[in-house]
Amino acid sequence: MFKCKTSAEVGGMGHSVKRKEDARFLHGKGNYVDDTKLPGQLTMVMVRSPYAYAKIKSINKEKALAIPGVLAVITGYDLKEFNLHWMPTLLSDTQMVLPTDTVMHQSQEVCAVIATDRYVAVDGAEAVEVDYEPMQAIVDPFKALDADAPLLRPDKEGQEDNQIYHWERGDRAKTDDVIAKADVVVKERIYLPRIHVASIETCGCNASYDKDTQKLTVYLTTQAPHAIRTVVALVAGHVGLSEEKIRVIAPDIGGGFGGKVPVYPAYVVAIAATFLIGKPVKWIEDRSENLVNGFARDYHMDCELAATKEGKIQAFKVSTLADHGYTDSSANPSKYPTGMFSICTGSYDYEHAFAELDAVYTNKAPGGVAYRCSFRVTEAVHAIERMVDKLAAKIEKDPAQLRFENFIKKEQFPYESPLGWSYDSGDYKQTLEKAMDMIGYDDYKKEQAEKRAQGKLMGIGICTFTEVVGAGPSKDFDILGIAMFDSAEIRVHPTGKALARFGTKSQGQGHETTYAQILAEELGIPYSDIEIDEGDTDTAPYGLGTYASRSTPTAGAAAAMAARKLKDKGKKIAAHLLEVSEEDIEWEVGKYFVKGAPEKSKTIQDVAFAAYTNIPPGMEPGFEATHYYDPPNLTFPNGAYICVVEVEEETGAIDVKRFVAIDDCGNIINPMIVEGQVHGGLTQGIAPAMYEGIEYDDEGNVLNGTFMDYLVPTAVESPHWETGHTITPSPHHPLGAKGVAESPTVGAPPAIANAIIDALYPLGIKHLDIPITPAKVWEAIQEAKATS
Amino acid sequence: MGKHNISMTINGESVSAEVDSRLLLVHFIRENLSLTGTHIGCDTSNCGACTIMLDGKSVKSCTYLAVRADGAEITTIEGVAAEGTNSHLQQAFHDQHGLHCGFCTPGMIIRCMDLLKTNPNPTEKEIRWGISGNLCRCTGYNNIVKSVQQAATEMAKEKEASV
Repeated sequence: MFKCKTSAEVGGMGHSVKRKEDARFLHGKGNYVDDTKLPGQLTMVMVRSPYAYAKIKSINKEKALAIPGVLAVITGYDLKEFNLHWMPTLLSDTQMVLPTDTVMHQSQEVCAVIATDRYVAVDGAEAVEVDYEPMQAIVDPFKALDADAPLLRPDKEGQEDNQIYHWERGDRAKTDDVIAKADVVVKERIYLPRIHVASIETCGCNASYDKDTQKLTVYLTTQAPHAIRTVVALVAGHVGLSEEKIRVIAPDIGGGFGGKVPVYPAYVVAIAATFLIGKPVKWIEDRSENLVNGFARDYHMDCELAATKEGKIQAFKVSTLADHGYTDSSANPSKYPTGMFSICTGSYDYEHAFAELDAVYTNKAPGGVAYRCSFRVTEAVHAIERMVDKLAAKIEKDPAQLRFENFIKKEQFPYESPLGWSYDSGDYKQTLEKAMDMIGYDDYKKEQAEKRAQGKLMGIGICTFTEVVGAGPSKDFDILGIAMFDSAEIRVHPTGKALARFGTKSQGQGHETTYAQILAEELGIPYSDIEIDEGDTDTAPYGLGTYASRSTPTAGAAAAMAARKLKDKGKKIAAHLLEVSEEDIEWEVGKYFVKGAPEKSKTIQDVAFAAYTNIPPGMEPGFEATHYYDPPNLTFPNGAYICVVEVEEETGAIDVKRFVAIDDCGNIINPMIVEGQVHGGLTQGIAPAMYEGIEYDDEGNVLNGTFMDYLVPTAVESPHWETGHTITPSPHHPLGAKGVAESPTVGAPPAIANAIIDALYPLGIKHLDIPITPAKVWEAIQEAKATS
Repeated sequence: MGKHNISMTINGESVSAEVDSRLLLVHFIRENLSLTGTHIGCDTSNCGACTIMLDGKSVKSCTYLAVRADGAEITTIEGVAAEGTNSHLQQAFHDQHGLHCGFCTPGMIIRCMDLLKTNPNPTEKEIRWGISGNLCRCTGYNNIVKSVQQAATEMAKEKEASV
């Protein structure tokens, strides 16, 4: 277990210190984008398409412009004059900022109304007359590749059908061969539906261009302010917005979860509008715009898992169809169009695997972004964890036992996975054992046998996942060519207090506390004496931002490395102050002392003061350090989750009785915050497992685009989570830490699905896709009864 | 469009204004009065980020016309405790890590004030049902429940000490 090196006052790693950022939020003084009020600010509202696929015959602005207070209506033709009507997506596809002739999904931005007041802007949007000629939309991705399917993207040179790309990893022939010869093969088509992060704060911006200084300042709901600044410079450089004149400020962010990584068209329109008008333009998305214009998941996965009759896994194959909507705007690294999907071989030791994926265009909103997991790990984990449970059911082996028999063993790390990952560390057996002890697995197995004998439906579901987070290394990972490192800059002031700035951006993760704790751990300066600043591209060092559980693996490591540079400089200063040679100086947290004479010492604060007041001859003054950390590998957090459910046969109602989550994220900076992250992620795990899914009708209309029908779990649906952890430090991270916030969202859905399907096992039900709603369960029960 | 003169008390201060008939209370509070602690998360009364205290009851101000609040006594998050101090609920949310991004927090705290007023000693189940009109996307609710429990205990102690 982790032993704290610092006192509670210093508050280094392992201390559950309370959050430094809380006060402003508790008192209503948080500063979110919609709270910004700039002098002369105008409001922008988007006119959106009612059709999923239509020609735009005309847009008539007249009636809108006649409304007092409506100042402008901006169309694709207006942007085309400046060549700003299209923009690149994060995966080098192209996306309309505003259309000139065709709309490609329901709710796509058609034009923008700028007015003096938000109510007048809405009146203006209502008054814009758009004449559409609707066309037959492609909604079903399986039909997108039909020979007679209309070509959705004729604008793309060389695009002859609706396939975006084919991707594959592994040895197809060998995997097929092993599967063909195996004793046991289980197969399933598993669908992970479209879902939306639905952070309680929607997206928005307040863009302000000063014609005198030629400087653009954008307050933006973004998780990656620097990357956005560079993208804006790339998109709009030709009209004079060069990068040194662009300042992106991500103020307080009301939840991100990946939904605030992309550049949305309205951001670009607001920037164009302020550039043309010279007054600040604010755009704040409403809830329906938010829910309908982005998504995560939407993978149809055909899975095959082969094993010996005893249950030794031999091979895994997965062929996926991915519905990307009308453009591929996935927020994935360039060389990894399917993100880290090839982690799909899971926590198990076997040799053969093959994964392939075809991505297609449909008339749906673009996205493929994230839902508290950017890089397709949730899809991968759901596939393998459902299939392992199917295998257990098929050979009638306890699913925990089957996992124990197939786990990668502790001594096999670093483990080279069949599809090319190098897992850094883990002790899967210990983690699952801990979860089983905590929940009382054996007792529940007995209870289940008794309940089944009485005809009651009770299920126990397990998920033992391996996550992969913390991109870079930059040799493999980039976003639009920008290497995925991250940064920290520390300034220790003469009085021994500090300011540290980062290239990441907290959206509730508690960086103002945890980064200060990392620096407290390394330097011995109390965490309460360290201010943390992020999100302003004019002041923060360049970084790729916060998503995919990357902040601790990258910027957290950068903080430690920058602090170590300071410690090295401090050693020279201490030697000067103590009049000994540098080799005679030793360090314990917060203090340098003379070897063998611990009474002769200088605190880090003494040394910081000397760095400005009593500088050793020849040394550069000041006590500051910066580090850009390029990780040597990703980190591989993991966990064992167990869920117990009861299902009511008459109604299909599902009652989650218990849920235990044991996470291993290596060394822990703040246990209170890690536990909080796990709780939140678990609720975002039960959400897609049982409640959420964006539904479309055959014409491409979204059927549940509000919070009245897109069911975000309340405190009633969210179980009382029980959590714990094991610790296997990452061997390559300077603090031994790994990311954590995504893990629960990745691990919870298969645990819940496995539990519900286990409950329904006596009825002969072998699989259900998430969200597993009471209605879906009830229908499956009726069908099972009818066929039995 | 009709204009109306309205006046009300917000956080102990009297305010008067001429407003459009259609102006929503949440916009009046946020934009006219610059009290931006009250947030907007949806427009269908589902998320509760806009919850305020109106005449002693928690109300979702995103679906409440400003004119309807004429004569009302309103408390927003800015007014639940004296400057620089915490109410029992604010302190409990801090102590129990009952907030992450902070966006739902003001509405959640106001809702919990109402809950504890009507039920000073709620069970976990009563707390969960009591806050089920307020969505939080970050915390998974466990620690919000603990925050309400802590506040209930502290308030009971205070009440006991005062009698």
